Amino acid sequence: MNWEELNSKFPEAIVEKIKEVVKKYNLSDQQAKKFISIVEEMYEKSKFEPGEAIGVVAAQSISEPATQMTMRTYHVAGAAEIKVTLGLPRLIEIFDARREPSTPMMEIYLKKEYNTKEKAVKFASEIKELVVEDVVKSSVVDILNFQIELILDEAAMKNSRITPEELAKRIKESFKTEVRAGKTKVVVKLKEDIEIKDLHKIKNKILSLQIKGIKGIKQTIVRREGNEWVILTLGSNLKKILEREEVDATRTISNDIHEVANVLGIEAARNLIIREVTKTLEEQGLDVDIRHVLLVADIMTVDGVVKPIGRYGVAGAKGSVLARANFEETIKHLTQAALTGEVDKLESTVENVMINQVVPIGTGMVELIYSPKKKGKK
Amino acid sequence: MSKFINRENFKYLKIHDKKSSEGDNLTKFNILKHKLVPEHVVLSEEEKRKLLEKYNISEKQLPKILAKDPVVKAIGAKPGDVIKIIRKSPVAGKVIYYRLVIEE
Repeated sequence: MNWEELNSKFPEAIVEKIKEVVKKYNLSDQQAKKFISIVEEMYEKSKFEPGEAIGVVAAQSISEPATQMTMRTYHVAGAAEIKVTLGLPRLIEIFDARREPSTPMMEIYLKKEYNTKEKAVKFASEIKELVVEDVVKSSVVDILNFQIELILDEAAMKNSRITPEELAKRIKESFKTEVRAGKTKVVVKLKEDIEIKDLHKIKNKILSLQIKGIKGIKQTIVRREGNEWVILTLGSNLKKILEREEVDATRTISNDIHEVANVLGIEAARNLIIREVTKTLEEQGLDVDIRHVLLVADIMTVDGVVKPIGRYGVAGAKGSVLARANFEETIKHLTQAALTGEVDKLESTVENVMINQVVPIGTGMVELIYSPKKKGKK
Repeated sequence: MSKFINRENFKYLKIHDKKSSEGDNLTKFNILKHKLVPEHVVLSEEEKRKLLEKYNISEKQLPKILAKDPVVKAIGAKPGDVIKIIRKSPVAGKVIYYRLVIEE
């Protein structure tokens, strides 16, 4: 049997299945040949035909089930206390390629040697971001003495294992001013040249100063998955996490598409779009063929950057003026086109519908070109 | 005297840090081993020519990948190179995709 030949005819998955069937039913060469020719016929039939409007089919196949989605925005996922955006809002968020998802999350997997409950819990508390605000009960701006007093929350200080001296040192390092540490408060002395109206700005800067952990990680939860410990985080900082010694950098992922595109590249972002969309649809019990999602993910990433579907992304980048004007912001596009003398070659679907011509879909795509032969030539 | 100012009143003043997307590009981990990253291979000039011939297209018609993309940097491709991407597809098993490296 010539398997090489099969590989050029079919995708890998079908070749594997053919091999499986041939082996299982112990087909002779002749039987196998006949079987393969039947498979080939069916495969050719099931391919979409040249000129098929697959974009429209994909759009409808995703959006029809999406209308069935409940409008319930929030849902508490399992025992973990992290609220995750699900359903329609999440779907819109993915296709709009928002800069930051409303609930950025990470799933952190640990290397084998760190995969015990104690080590996972310890790591989880290490990476959680702690800012000055978290250990301060209240803060006061003292205009008379030109200083900021931070009244410490002793319980919180104890929990996060920080002494007032350490805190004072940390503030001193990043603000380069005199800082005194008392037992229950830390006093930050300010430089003389600071204007009074800037005092509150400085106070807020001090309060949002990061003392411990990794920036952006607001909450961590340790969960058991199968026979290993996984850390879920609210807030995401993929790069910093992947650099950590304890983390399994082959499986740890974030749900922030732009972040993944920056850290792992555009192909990884494409895979994440597919993963997130299918996950969202499955959670809602909707059955959408994955091929439609693949097409959308491909279109969103063709140019090497993650582009949203919509006005500022794919639809806004159409070549034809009339097609863009037809979608959204009609006047803006038409005036712009008039000013710059844009030409519409009427090559695509929308503009041909508008002027009542045959649209280039299916048989309408084919054109005949007559090239007359010159005299004397064959 | 000036202790009337309490932090609750000034929460709206809180300045949000800008999210840093770039920074240094030295990474301590191998991104090529991540499960989201498919295999990337740089095509030779000969392979590139054959590919363009096979589909009868110019290189500009290929999908793009930025030169600053972390994977492109990791495998050391230059603008103008064509990268062959071997994707794992849930439908077809294995799919070959091509991208042209471009600057910004």
